[in-house]
Amino acid sequence: MGEYGLLMNNLRILRSRRAKLDSWVRRIFWMFSALPFLLVLTILTALWLKAQPLLLAHPLSKLLLGEAWRPQKGEFGFLPFISGTIWVTGVALFFAVPICILTAVYLSEYASGRVQRLVKPLLDLLAAIPSVVYGVWGVLTIVPWVEESVAPALGRWGDICPIFASANPTGYSVLAGGVVLAVMIAPFIVAIAYEVLQTVPAGLRQASLALGATRWQTVKYAVLPRASTGIFASVILGCSRALGETMAVLMVAGNVAQVPRSIFDAAYPLPALIANNYGEMMSIPLYDAALMTASLILFLIVLALNIFSILALRHVLRESE
Amino acid sequence: MAKWKWQNTEEKVMQVLMLLSFGLIVMSLLLILFTILSKGLPALSWEMISQTPKGGFYFGKEGGILNAIVGSLYLALGGTFIAFLFGFPLALLLNIYSSKTAWADLVRLSLDILWGVPSIVYGAFGFTVMIFLGWKASLLGGILTLALLELPIMTRAMDEVIRRVPPELPRAAYALGSTNSETAFFVITRQVLPGLATAVLLAFGRGIGDAASVLFTAGYTDRIPDSLFSPVASLPLAVFFQLGTPFPEVQQRAYAAALILTLTVLGISIFSRGISYFLGRHSIR
Amino acid sequence: MSRLIPHLETQNLSAYYGATKAIEDVSIIIPRNQITVIIGPSGCGKTTLLKCLNRFIELEEHARVEGKVLLNGEDIYSPLIDVTEVRKKSGLLAQRPYPLPMSIFDNVAYGMRIHGLCSRRELAQKVQYYLQVAGLWEEVKDRLHAPASQLSIGQQQRLCLARGLAVEPEIILGDEPTSALDPISAQHIEQRLIELKQQYTVVLVSHILRQARRLADYVVFMYMGKVVEAGPAQQVLNHPQHERTRAYLSGEF
Repeated sequence: MGEYGLLMNNLRILRSRRAKLDSWVRRIFWMFSALPFLLVLTILTALWLKAQPLLLAHPLSKLLLGEAWRPQKGEFGFLPFISGTIWVTGVALFFAVPICILTAVYLSEYASGRVQRLVKPLLDLLAAIPSVVYGVWGVLTIVPWVEESVAPALGRWGDICPIFASANPTGYSVLAGGVVLAVMIAPFIVAIAYEVLQTVPAGLRQASLALGATRWQTVKYAVLPRASTGIFASVILGCSRALGETMAVLMVAGNVAQVPRSIFDAAYPLPALIANNYGEMMSIPLYDAALMTASLILFLIVLALNIFSILALRHVLRESE
Repeated sequence: MAKWKWQNTEEKVMQVLMLLSFGLIVMSLLLILFTILSKGLPALSWEMISQTPKGGFYFGKEGGILNAIVGSLYLALGGTFIAFLFGFPLALLLNIYSSKTAWADLVRLSLDILWGVPSIVYGAFGFTVMIFLGWKASLLGGILTLALLELPIMTRAMDEVIRRVPPELPRAAYALGSTNSETAFFVITRQVLPGLATAVLLAFGRGIGDAASVLFTAGYTDRIPDSLFSPVASLPLAVFFQLGTPFPEVQQRAYAAALILTLTVLGISIFSRGISYFLGRHSIR
Repeated sequence: MSRLIPHLETQNLSAYYGATKAIEDVSIIIPRNQITVIIGPSGCGKTTLLKCLNRFIELEEHARVEGKVLLNGEDIYSPLIDVTEVRKKSGLLAQRPYPLPMSIFDNVAYGMRIHGLCSRRELAQKVQYYLQVAGLWEEVKDRLHAPASQLSIGQQQRLCLARGLAVEPEIILGDEPTSALDPISAQHIEQRLIELKQQYTVVLVSHILRQARRLADYVVFMYMGKVVEAGPAQQVLNHPQHERTRAYLSGEF
């Protein structure tokens, strides 16, 4: 001890003012960090509680598979809306998936660095355009185009191919909704698929090219199989975006409560149903529970798709780190 | 030598298809901008952006969409502010206190899930809560709902930037005797300032453009709101409602509103690049 | 040679990363106001030992420490001790300089601000003082508010030195602080360290024997996580007691 005696000082013991402040910040952080998870649970609980009256009053199969939607008579069949959602989303994916994957492959495997750097802000911009603007664009260009060109041209094949049969005199249709949605989800799918493709190790490409494969063969046999999970997840993510998209679809899909039989029929997807009727349903019994059921169905589908794709992407992107 | 080979043809065909796809996406963006500009510009006037709707507005009479412009600004600013209040500390401290733990994984998963929740669901949820509390459609309701919508977007965007901070930086601060929170707020924040600004602007852009979440929660009115509890108009809803009327004069206003909205988003995008450069001058690369 | 007054002392210090033992049973003293150089082949635990001296080891994942590190006779691993105080007492020079994302001025002022070491009025004066001590003042006095990232790497390392000195430490820890620098900048730093030992205790990790010969007053030779030999530089470098030390010094590793 002797040697230290004179020098002995002052490592301040714990609980200095700063240490206390830090431990308070940590405590507040724990509370904050529980928020997102609690919010998911709260939304789920709130929707469930509000939807419950309808779910208790009618059997689930009748709700999901019933075609009749007559709230005044207490008939709540969600099939028109569910099928409308599926139709519109299906058409959107039909257009978007091949185009997006090809674009992502082009950007990742063929485009020069300069093009890649230029395209990123462009995709960001496309993703940032508000959905009502897409809606306006749809009303101004896509709907007339479907009405004047596509429907007359393809309608002739309606007898052979029933999905082209056209009984709808307007262009407000599954096809219009699908096309607008396809453009809306494209930047998401391209951006994520591109990111996934970038994680494929360069060595894999070189190995394939060294064997004399063409670039496309390299993509087909080496890159795409390796990236398939991630690309699939990006598509699923795009799909869940499309399912939940409200305003743009609401503006161009026609909103007739029927089960669509052709791409030229009007559709009434779930989000449009909620948006159009909420706030006006207070006087009719169970109507608000029905709209909450619609929200709950939407939430659950999107939740399942998102959890799947997020976990898959996490796996893919983390493995490459 | 020039022997025909299937794989070379395939290569050419696929290249053409890829270029076509890429071109299609770029074209659609240009087409949207062109449509909105060509319809919106003629409709835009000083009167349109400086006046609130007058009597008979919805039949094509006097007035403008100032109510919606101001309303949207209030809503998006308020929503962004509240989202920032929660999102910023969350993203920052998540990386300082528990970056690679299972808890952080759960927080990130929850945020990603929330990011994917359709805005109409936020709208319905917000409205339900408001009914439960006995609130009417109001600025406050709209702001809070937008904050819910923006929170995951902003937080995850910030989280991604903060996660990329090299570990040497916090260490340099620890070596000087900084506490965790000092390191986070004084050092890491400085390093990622550009990324934070981008995240805030991203969330703001999403907030100002979103219609489905404010449809029931904020309401719609011709007046500029004078308190947090009065209903408020917004640009996206101005587009939606006015496009739905049968009068061409009113539809003009929808185009003008859509143009303003698009320009705002464009402006934010350009601004965020500029501000990144400015704020990033101290960042260590 | 004057009597060695220990400033830092380790007692039976062991450190683990998960299940692997990085250093084992290290008991050494670090004498006051001298330059102690820790030498040894790469992977021998030099850096780990250094990290134990300012509790940086705790920032590694799954790291664990046993034994004691006494700073002026107080165990820095005692649960009563505030870790930020420990780190304040020791300035660190890393292999690569890492300036804080601020201006040159703020880099030096940062530590004084968080620790509340001086009033606002004195701040500019103190910043100047420490920049002078680190030998950087003349080069930066006209652009104190420029981003620190604009400095050359050698200047950045001297800035990091000034920044470390500004929190008024007693000990300067250097983890091969010249390894990323050009020879002239390296010489600059070495020169500073020699000047600084009047006021501070310096601990350096080095893999350059010639540097050790130039700077060291006291040498610790490590091999495979253990201290093989420690003592005054004269003795260890010129008359090593141990077979391994002799082999290392003659370049057999």
